[in-house]
Amino acid sequence: MARELLKGNEAIAEAAIRAGLDAYFGYPITPQTELLEYLSRRMPELGRAFVQAESEVAAINMVYGAACAGKRAMTSSSGPGISLMQEGLSYIAGAELPAVVVDVMRGGPGLGNIAACQSDYFQVTRSAGHGDFRPLTLAPATTQEAIDLTGLAFDLAEQYRMLVILLIDGNLGQMMEPAELPPFRQNAAPMPEWVVSGAEGRSHRIITSLYLQPEALERHNLNLQKKLAAIAEREQRFAGLYLEDADLIVVAFGSAARVAQNAVEAARARGMAVGLFRPITLSPFPMQPLAYLAPRARAFLVVEMNAGQMVEDVRLAVAGRAPVRFYGRLGGVEMLPDEVMQAIEQAMRDTRVTKNGARMLDAEVWR
Amino acid sequence: MMAEECVYERPVGLMAAHTHYCPGCTHGIAHRLTAEVLEELGILGRTIGVASVGCSVFAYNYIACDFVGAAHGRAPAVATGLKRVLPDRIIFTYQGDGDLASIGLGEVLHAAARGEQITVIFINNAIYGMTGGQMAPTSPAGMVTTSSPTGRDPRQTGYPVRVCELIAQMDGAAYVARRSLHNPAEIRKAKKTLRTAFECQMNGCGFALVELLSTCPTNWSMTPVDALRWIEERMIPVFPLGEFKNVAGGKVEG
Repeated sequence: MARELLKGNEAIAEAAIRAGLDAYFGYPITPQTELLEYLSRRMPELGRAFVQAESEVAAINMVYGAACAGKRAMTSSSGPGISLMQEGLSYIAGAELPAVVVDVMRGGPGLGNIAACQSDYFQVTRSAGHGDFRPLTLAPATTQEAIDLTGLAFDLAEQYRMLVILLIDGNLGQMMEPAELPPFRQNAAPMPEWVVSGAEGRSHRIITSLYLQPEALERHNLNLQKKLAAIAEREQRFAGLYLEDADLIVVAFGSAARVAQNAVEAARARGMAVGLFRPITLSPFPMQPLAYLAPRARAFLVVEMNAGQMVEDVRLAVAGRAPVRFYGRLGGVEMLPDEVMQAIEQAMRDTRVTKNGARMLDAEVWR
Repeated sequence: MMAEECVYERPVGLMAAHTHYCPGCTHGIAHRLTAEVLEELGILGRTIGVASVGCSVFAYNYIACDFVGAAHGRAPAVATGLKRVLPDRIIFTYQGDGDLASIGLGEVLHAAARGEQITVIFINNAIYGMTGGQMAPTSPAGMVTTSSPTGRDPRQTGYPVRVCELIAQMDGAAYVARRSLHNPAEIRKAKKTLRTAFECQMNGCGFALVELLSTCPTNWSMTPVDALRWIEERMIPVFPLGEFKNVAGGKVEG
């Protein structure tokens, strides 16, 4: 396989195909539409299922149906469409079905705009629907990582019978950059014993999220929580840069992390002890590594293309052991490395340790 | 001594479960007819049902095929997902009027428009049964319900939705018929109609929908016998029985 110039949305679509995608159901919405268009051509070519649904509501329920048959099913959308899918996402979680959803974030709330934004972090990581659950959420920062994590998304979905959301923003969806696609996977895994396929020769199977008796639903919920705890234990992923001796740790995900990395490199070039912590799994959030770093750094600076959402998870992980500052741009405004550099400089100035050992006050820095 | 002859028994496709339906409710008849047809057509073992939200949410406790529970109104979308990845299986939905004709009207119309190779069994009892008898999109004008306590007033709440007439004009719909479960003659016709609807899918003709006028004595506040009479007197004039479309025998063009 050779490196090619690939557009993020199309790279994810082809990566899904090579990971064994059996069925795709989607609805047009910017900035994810190329994903649907690409698959409308490729899936029939390969004799696989493709339906342009009448709505995101229908699309996610088609995913639910195909997943019930044990097939690799996927949909993609952006914030307004993910809002409509929340009903189906909750049913998928409740019925413990494996499914992959790609969310290419744009600006909100409401119709917002179609510019790249990270404003749906809460929407996706907190539950993505009614009831007690959290989907697994993967946040790549490059086209290559998006390709790699698409394959991982299907593996994790099947391993845990779990909803996995691949969360990117319009920048990553629309941008072209060199990347290498994996070879086609041989999908030889045997059908799991829970799938519906017709009850010939066995007792009939039921897939549902209905547990009318509170005690039964509590048991079901406790099992889901047990699974989430196991996932939190095993699947926390992050990437680190210059963390060993960092006084200030910048925390950012997705394309914001790439802007932040430019600023961190510039700061290092000027002799400042700054590092970058980039969560790859947003849910489960990499609490353990951040908690390890909390007493070792002087301060944290969270950089997001939103009003401050992931910063809440960083504060939970740091647990008051160091100040956590935030810098963000809203509404789809592109964040520039210089702005992040200024935020880094400001944070470094404010974090001198006082005589009694106290570190800087936790005040938010707004542009 | 004469040999015993069995003239009536529980179909293989119907499980020996205690019913949770109210006395006089015709869901049980519709379940039995469905089970008989699946058995007689020899497709029980390769059929997957999609249950909806409402009283029939537990259809899977009675009909002995694989089943999936769908979100409210979304059964045709779930069935689409199943059928597209399992084209050689028989997929049917079982939905009430609140589910299909109100919250799920978009899903059923578009499944019909796409000519999905699925069979939809639509139970119309003019009311939301499970939530306790609220006005449905199929409640006839004047009907007293818990959310139209002075009777459905079309000036305020509009008119009943005639699903068969709506679906029949979709090019993707191959078989559309309305039957009733209020007397033995109509029940026999309903079974024949269900059989045709499943054969339609087996032959790859396209989307099939069977509407069955049904009773809800509990929420109609009637005896079971009065409820059967109410279907004849109040529902059939609004929802005429018959086949609205039958292109079976020839594949839908396109």
